[in-house]
Amino acid sequence: MNAILEMRGITKTFPGVKALENVNLTVKAGEIHAIVGENGAGKSTLMKVLSGVYPHGSYSGEIIYEGEERRFADIADSEKIGIIIIHQELALVPLLSIAENLFLGNEQAKHGIIDWNLAFRRTQELLRKVGLKESPNTLVTNIGVGKQQLVEIAKALAKEVKLLILDEPTASLNETDSDALLDLLLEFKAHGISSILISHKLNEISKVADTITVIRDGSTVDTLDCRAEAISEDRVIRAMVGRDMAHRFPKRTPDIGAPILEVRDWVVHHQIHAERRVIKNINLTVHRGEVLGIAGLMGAGRTEFAMSVFGRSYGQRISGKVLMDGREIDVSTIGRAVDNGIAYVTEDRKHYGLVLGEDIKKNVTLANLGGVSSGGVIDDLKELKVANSFRQKLRIRCSSVFQQTVNLSGGNQQKVVLSKWLFAQPKVLILDEPTRGIDVGAKYEIYTIINELAAEGKAVVMISSEMPELLGMCDRILVMNEGVFVAEFSGAEATQEKIMRAIVKAGERAA
Amino acid sequence: MSNEAAADKGPNAKKSYTGFLGNNLRDYGMMLSLFAIMIFFQIMTDGTLMRPVNLTNLVLQNSYIIIMALGMLLVIVAGHIDLSVGSVAGFIGGLAAVMMVQYNVHFIPATIICLVAGGLIGAAQGYWIAFHKIPSFIVTLAGMLVFKGLTLALLAGQSVGPFPQTFQKLSSGFIPDVFGGETLRLTSMLIAALLAAALVIANLRHRSNQQAHGVEDEPYAFFIGKNVVFAGAILYIGYLMATYRGLPNVLVVMFALILFYTFVTNRTTVGRRVYALGGNEKAARLSGIKTDRLTFFTFVNMGVLAALAGLIFAARLNTATPKAGLGFELDVIAACFIGGASAYGGVGKVMGAVIGAFIMGVMNNGMSILGIGIDYQQVIKGLVLLAAVFIDVYHKNK
Ligand SMILES: Nc1ncnc2c1ncn2[C@@H]1O[C@H](COP(=O)(O)OP(=O)(O)OP(=O)(O)O)[C@@H](O)[C@H]1O
Ligand SMILES: [Mg+2]
Repeated sequence: MNAILEMRGITKTFPGVKALENVNLTVKAGEIHAIVGENGAGKSTLMKVLSGVYPHGSYSGEIIYEGEERRFADIADSEKIGIIIIHQELALVPLLSIAENLFLGNEQAKHGIIDWNLAFRRTQELLRKVGLKESPNTLVTNIGVGKQQLVEIAKALAKEVKLLILDEPTASLNETDSDALLDLLLEFKAHGISSILISHKLNEISKVADTITVIRDGSTVDTLDCRAEAISEDRVIRAMVGRDMAHRFPKRTPDIGAPILEVRDWVVHHQIHAERRVIKNINLTVHRGEVLGIAGLMGAGRTEFAMSVFGRSYGQRISGKVLMDGREIDVSTIGRAVDNGIAYVTEDRKHYGLVLGEDIKKNVTLANLGGVSSGGVIDDLKELKVANSFRQKLRIRCSSVFQQTVNLSGGNQQKVVLSKWLFAQPKVLILDEPTRGIDVGAKYEIYTIINELAAEGKAVVMISSEMPELLGMCDRILVMNEGVFVAEFSGAEATQEKIMRAIVKAGERAA
Repeated sequence: MSNEAAADKGPNAKKSYTGFLGNNLRDYGMMLSLFAIMIFFQIMTDGTLMRPVNLTNLVLQNSYIIIMALGMLLVIVAGHIDLSVGSVAGFIGGLAAVMMVQYNVHFIPATIICLVAGGLIGAAQGYWIAFHKIPSFIVTLAGMLVFKGLTLALLAGQSVGPFPQTFQKLSSGFIPDVFGGETLRLTSMLIAALLAAALVIANLRHRSNQQAHGVEDEPYAFFIGKNVVFAGAILYIGYLMATYRGLPNVLVVMFALILFYTFVTNRTTVGRRVYALGGNEKAARLSGIKTDRLTFFTFVNMGVLAALAGLIFAARLNTATPKAGLGFELDVIAACFIGGASAYGGVGKVMGAVIGAFIMGVMNNGMSILGIGIDYQQVIKGLVLLAAVFIDVYHKNK
């Protein structure tokens, strides 16, 4: 088979950072080519070079596509010849309809006048292709992330794609949605469309990839051909992190004590539609030294529950009691919730977690400025020490703690948000999708930190859509569906099937 | 492990001149622009610009803009804008005149009442912005109209003055010379010398502190050069002023405020929170920062500073007129943006705003001396604003 794309000797530097050094990548026509590597290895950067986000001249090396050397000045250049990228962060306009989003910048128009009938027909056609049952009129903000991801793909199809690039498309999808997306890729392959897939979920990669390129520290370290022989996940991990990883989850002997956080009769109404109950009278108890998991589908109410407990940062007409160490506490504002020992690590680090324009140091201390100041005056050097110690402990990959967080790779941004809340020294840490978009090595490090917190007699509540992670880490797993807990399992008895069955059964009962 | 190695790879460019310049280009660029503009007008005006009388006037003329720019910077960093400051300053000037001239209120209580009134005006506007989420642009546009109207009503369309002598001293007074120097006000000179020394000492201590923790990255030659230039500038300006009538009272007030706000923005938790608020309000709120209250107080602060500026301006003119404060907001906002503040919030420095205000001030002054009409002055100032912001954006996108 001949190559549709060849990238040769790509080197890209940012001020103070060499993100890519002499990377080579060959994608054969009609294959699914996976790119894996640790956070900050340079995967997204390489794809931005390929798609013209970083124009010709801002990197060195050459791009050969369909047998010709290409020099893209911008994204439009690469799109014209069929290279379409779907970025790590979705790029849809929330208040426009699906049809409007699909043809944004590519309107079905004659002399500047949009032919809506044509646009609608084509939208329906494209939605059918990606298996999305929604009206073209639906606003994008009203559909879930999984469906939004499909809209992005439909948008790519609207543009005559030959090489589709997906940067962590399944990071915020649940298993069903992820599977649907992967099946779609396989279908595209059958139609001769090549894809490049970046993902930290190795099981997905072994499912669909024909070839795997491993990038480490900005260089290609390995290219594995999955068609010749089955490639084990361990083999991929070894190439990624440069060593063997015997376990995915660090060992821990749980030492569970008295209840630390108790939530009683918790009711939350929808942020905007006040009459709708989102959380329906639930109770939750977490113990000292416990890692408690909350499983559930997207939209089950897990984030809403956590945020409403965390200083009423979600919802309205909230009622119920919160107890810490047996005493009722006031969590009516975020400040009070933090003072009372609760911390919440958001699932949406870009919008809710980081001040992107500020450096790592300032983000790390933001939730606990009192810890680095006296009398309202910040002690610069103390702050620096704190930031550096977290940088070391969590292995945040950066040029220095003065680097703006906007320039960090996704996984490293996550570590900064985590540092911020660890520095606030909570008694109960609520983690919402803590390892979304994080590589295997870094996951292990984050798990280790979770275990350390538990060993110190604190409690960790972990909301996650990654079942293996819940099963591997938690002492107890609660299953949430439609704003209520529908099942509870001990860590030992829980299995993926049992959890899924509990969700499905609850769904049937509700219907 | 591989991770660690990569983390420590970092830029080895530490202490390299180009690396340092690259990171701090904006700060030095601003300073250099100001110097260049000053030298330009110094030459064009045959030395009139830096004549002691003119220099003193320049400070007096710009003090109220600079004082308001300090508050405006915080407002802009917090992600807002305040269009009402000119009208508020005018209104407070009128209030002061009515109290002191028509009701013979002593100047101390009158001043205090005026500052409190300014705070209340800020609170009234901040209330809608912070707690009801009405865009600051709209609220302060309304405020601008309201206070313009109220000034007219308060003064009944007339000019009111003159102010009591003691109050005039706020703007036209100079610090007393205990040595009674005739050609050189020794006290003023001494203060300038002490200031220069304090600056150098503070910088030295900061640097050695940084060195002890291995975080300084400023090349030695830069450090020396910077200190020589700054200390030299202070001494030179101090000397020039001392040969005239000494340091103006306003300059002292202004200087103290600049120091205070520099400190607040750089070193305090409140300052840090304002930057976080402007940088990402949601993230700041979820970090436990009371973003509503903080927004509210930036407007209260702005109101007080606008009141102070109004008082200084009224004292300088020695009368309150319905037209006072007209268009001040434009100069104030322009100063902040020329000084590198971002219209999107989260970015901006006090020193930048001050330098921005001086750039505007020197241009106003220089162009007036050259006899350029008010018409083309505005055109030129507008273009300078656009150019400054363009350079900023260009630098950032590179
Ligand atoms: N605009 C930028 N300025 C400076 N450094 C940058 C910039 N963009 C990326 N980097 C750096 O380049 C390196 C590679 O980043 P990249 O986003 O490509 O990583 P990644 O492999 O996609 O990681 P992840 O799996 O976390 O998404 C990182 O060290 C990052 O900090
Ligand atoms: Mg990436």
